[in-house]
Amino acid sequence: MIQSYLTVSVILFCLGIVGVISRRNVFTVFMSIELMLNAANLSFVALARLHESMDGHVLALMVMAVAAAEAALALAVVILLHKHKGKLDTNVFSLLKG
Amino acid sequence: MQPLVWPPMANPTLFSLEGAVGIIFLLTIALVVTGGLIAVVSQRLVRAVSGLAICFTGLAGVYYFLLSPFVAMMQLLIYVGAVSILIAFGIMMATPEQEIGPGNAWISRLVGPLGASVGGLFFAALTILGLKTPWQVFPRTAEASGDIEQVGKTLLTSHSMVFELISIVLLMAIIGALVIARRGRN
Repeated sequence: MIQSYLTVSVILFCLGIVGVISRRNVFTVFMSIELMLNAANLSFVALARLHESMDGHVLALMVMAVAAAEAALALAVVILLHKHKGKLDTNVFSLLKG
Repeated sequence: MQPLVWPPMANPTLFSLEGAVGIIFLLTIALVVTGGLIAVVSQRLVRAVSGLAICFTGLAGVYYFLLSPFVAMMQLLIYVGAVSILIAFGIMMATPEQEIGPGNAWISRLVGPLGASVGGLFFAALTILGLKTPWQVFPRTAEASGDIEQVGKTLLTSHSMVFELISIVLLMAIIGALVIARRGRN
């Protein structure tokens, strides 16, 4: 039973990896990161159910809170960068290159 | 809360309660996978956000099948209700349907197969790992039911540090978002 949940989690994580590597839109990359966070959450909850402990649930809730905070800040940064550069291409955002 | 099917029946028939529950389970998994595919593959951002919301809704269903209704509710509330809507607003703020330039030709030709192969490798490795591991099944206990009472007790007694950490992280995020928004104004 646990295998099906873990397989769903692996599918989501690999979709996230494909999105992060092969897409160049900032929003799509961001959504792929959210997918990967959700995959981790799903495996946390599934393994907590396997071991019958509450640790995984608490960890999943913490990941949710951190992801919400991260979403707010990342979108603020993306909108500011879009105001500066007028683009959403990840190749354009190379301000730290020096 | 009494679980609907746990442990699952040996061979459920299609027209029994267990069979219907199995079909609903497969439907939620299909929702998760198709939503994730739409979110990653779609070229138009609005469709991608819709796919993301579909995927999150399906995940809430999967959490419900894992007998943790509180996490399922939080998934609906935080991810579907807040994060997806926030991304949709972000897309509205930025230019809609932006064209991505061609960039470096051979890098952009290389990047698709690279992503697919890395994702496929990860998929193969993690799936083999998950299926080959002999998972030990523990007996169900009342202390680990995922309902609100247990989550509250755990968050306020043995895992109270997590509670404090979440508060501090959210405070930091609020302050940071305010600072960034103020800087953009003038």
